[in-house]
Amino acid sequence: MVRATINGKVVEVEKGTTILDAANQVQVKIPTLCKHPDLISSAACGICIVKVKGSSKMLRACCTPLDNAMEIITHDPEIVSIRRTVLELILSKHPNDCLKCGRNNNCELQRLAADFGIREELFPKYLKDIPKDESTGSIVLEPPKCILCGRCVQVCQQMQDVWALSFLERGFDTRISPAGDIKLGDSPCVRCGQCSAHCPTGAIFEQDDTARVWEALQKPGNYCVVQIAPAVRVSIGEAFGFKPGENFTRRLYALLRRLGFAAVFDTNFGADVTIIEEASEFVERFKNPSPERPLPLITTCCPSWVDFMEKFHHDMIPHFSSCKSPHQILGVLSKTYYASKYNLDPARIVMVSIMPCTAKKYEITRTDEMFASGFQDIDIVLTTRELARMIKQAGVDFPALPDEDPDHILGDYTGAGVIFGATGGVMEAALRTACFYITGQKLDRLEFSETRGLKGVKESSIEIAGNRVGIAVAHGLSNVEYVLNQVREAVKAGRPVPYHFVEVMACPGGCVGGGGQPYGVTDERRSKMSRGLYEDDLNQPIRSSHENPQVQQLYREFLGEPRSEKSESLLHVHYKARPQYRK
Amino acid sequence: MKEGNDYHQELSGLLAKWKDKPGNLIMILHEIQNHYGFVPRQLSLQLSALLDVPLARIYEVLTFYNYFKLEAPGKHKISVCMGTACYLNGAPEILRELKSILGVEEGHTTKNGLFQLEVVRCLGCCGLAPVIMIDGKVYDKVKKNDIIDIISKFTRSKEPE
Ligand code: SF4
Ligand code: SF4
Ligand code: SF4
Ligand code: FES
Repeated sequence: MVRATINGKVVEVEKGTTILDAANQVQVKIPTLCKHPDLISSAACGICIVKVKGSSKMLRACCTPLDNAMEIITHDPEIVSIRRTVLELILSKHPNDCLKCGRNNNCELQRLAADFGIREELFPKYLKDIPKDESTGSIVLEPPKCILCGRCVQVCQQMQDVWALSFLERGFDTRISPAGDIKLGDSPCVRCGQCSAHCPTGAIFEQDDTARVWEALQKPGNYCVVQIAPAVRVSIGEAFGFKPGENFTRRLYALLRRLGFAAVFDTNFGADVTIIEEASEFVERFKNPSPERPLPLITTCCPSWVDFMEKFHHDMIPHFSSCKSPHQILGVLSKTYYASKYNLDPARIVMVSIMPCTAKKYEITRTDEMFASGFQDIDIVLTTRELARMIKQAGVDFPALPDEDPDHILGDYTGAGVIFGATGGVMEAALRTACFYITGQKLDRLEFSETRGLKGVKESSIEIAGNRVGIAVAHGLSNVEYVLNQVREAVKAGRPVPYHFVEVMACPGGCVGGGGQPYGVTDERRSKMSRGLYEDDLNQPIRSSHENPQVQQLYREFLGEPRSEKSESLLHVHYKARPQYRK
Repeated sequence: MKEGNDYHQELSGLLAKWKDKPGNLIMILHEIQNHYGFVPRQLSLQLSALLDVPLARIYEVLTFYNYFKLEAPGKHKISVCMGTACYLNGAPEILRELKSILGVEEGHTTKNGLFQLEVVRCLGCCGLAPVIMIDGKVYDKVKKNDIIDIISKFTRSKEPE
């Protein structure tokens, strides 16, 4: 422990605690800009400087550990005026675009400018003239708004191990750029959107598709349907001042009807179908592994992960589940099963997915298989952040809305479907059904707590009917390599593989921590949102996908057996190796 | 320009030499720059695969140092002096004219590979300002309207004297 004072207040903290965190404990707020709680401090901006009594040097609070007997001063006229100058210099290189910027009202730089009461520009303006990059269709780069904090670079290189972003040149000319100075769409970028979720300003932003949705809703003749992903229900409240983790499922159904959607579905239903197919696939491999269909089976619900694997780890393709992600499954079912049941012309159906994810925007046209219904199965993807903006535009008092139910045949879900949004959830849901398929018996336990929590790689084994089943759950793409290498090494040495089933989600925390979720995500928020989903699971009368009556009806009336020819053609895909660079 | 595998041989020689030495990336890039006069993109991509260094990192290095060029040098190098005297005597206008005629920004080479446009700090002949230099020959007291004539000498099939 170290003991020191901050503004005269005694503070005692664990050795290694930064001055910034220590100050928080005595209710002192030091302004920060480049520092993000998820990331190692880059010490790039200098706005967090503080003084230590007896030293003329100023220290950066975000990256300096508190030392014994330090007497820290965080605020005095000199410190404040230096911080102000730092800020003014940053603003002198920043466009005054707030009124037409996607981050307006939600921008860390703008907030500081407001807090410091900046009213005039004292330094001459120098703006970089670098064009927007919209090449990915998922996220947009606007380098002139970049303040060079380095968050996105650290996220993309270290957290995600993709290396699609870097700083180029140096000094005054330093700029953020896709790797190798090309368009982001030609780079290895997997569109996870983590860079956009961590950027303090509008320099990296999700592609905004809200206008397209408004247009679709207005167009006569359209039959607009919508689905919401698990993670969205526990995060949308944040945009309206509620705590992360609070569940808004049934108010979202009501809201989406108010916006004008003719039918409101739930991606959790798609998740239940995914589980039926994937658990069947797993059981088949478990009983009968072959070189073409080897173990471990690896999950593929996450399009960033799929893209990452196709670009960086394509030797693993035989391990990949061929099963589509839940929202794609719901998409194709809406334009086939639902359309024929309700006598609707599928050409008129416009399917909108509300997702925590920027990569889903790319997934919907990824391959021809995303047009399995004969139409584009999903027409538009909105992120949670975009939905929040739509709600505000629509003039609906969202929190005050009454609860409503989803539309039935693609809307009812089980507890297994809803936990998809948390890391380990797909694994847990699949195990519930796989156990049943293997043993033919109802489980004595439904919870697999070994899959839960925020540890980067969760390895363990469970027992099903006397067999050991090795499992591994990884989230955050930099955690993937370890798991894959364990498998590769075992295969090379002729040892049995350490796992039978592997789940991967590209975003830390799984989809609750998705790149399209509300800003300011931290591990604390990720856990709260996950907890919200696990509570939803507990509250469901049915908690295993194969027991969902609507799913059973779907198989009876339409698909036949799991992995039937029809399921294969509508719900499954193929993978291929792709180049990391298209230029 | 060479494509794809054509660089393989050169690269394996370089790699054999530097493979296990620390800081090898920059040394290899230096050798490539010296050999070709620039660092071709194809080579960076192959180097990235062979050394297992992300392309992002290679370009961080390449763009950090002015020494490295990413484009093949042009056949004729045009340097526009931006020293104080030239600057005051109209060099910015000359540069603008050159850019618009050649259709390239400073530091770049025209698509046909004929001209490379550079800006230099002072050529040491301030009395003759504004000056430009093409392949070592100084053109003094240049006026905007002279540029097209000077350039066109180099675009004709016969080389100027
Ligand atoms: S990034 Fe922030 S400060 Fe910059 S224009 Fe947008 S809202 Fe304003
Ligand atoms: S979307 Fe993901 S992969 Fe693409 S640049 Fe951002 S962090 Fe990197
Ligand atoms: S793009 Fe955003 S996150 Fe990346 S360095 Fe610039 S300001 Fe920081
Ligand atoms: S917040 Fe500490 S240096 Fe930027």
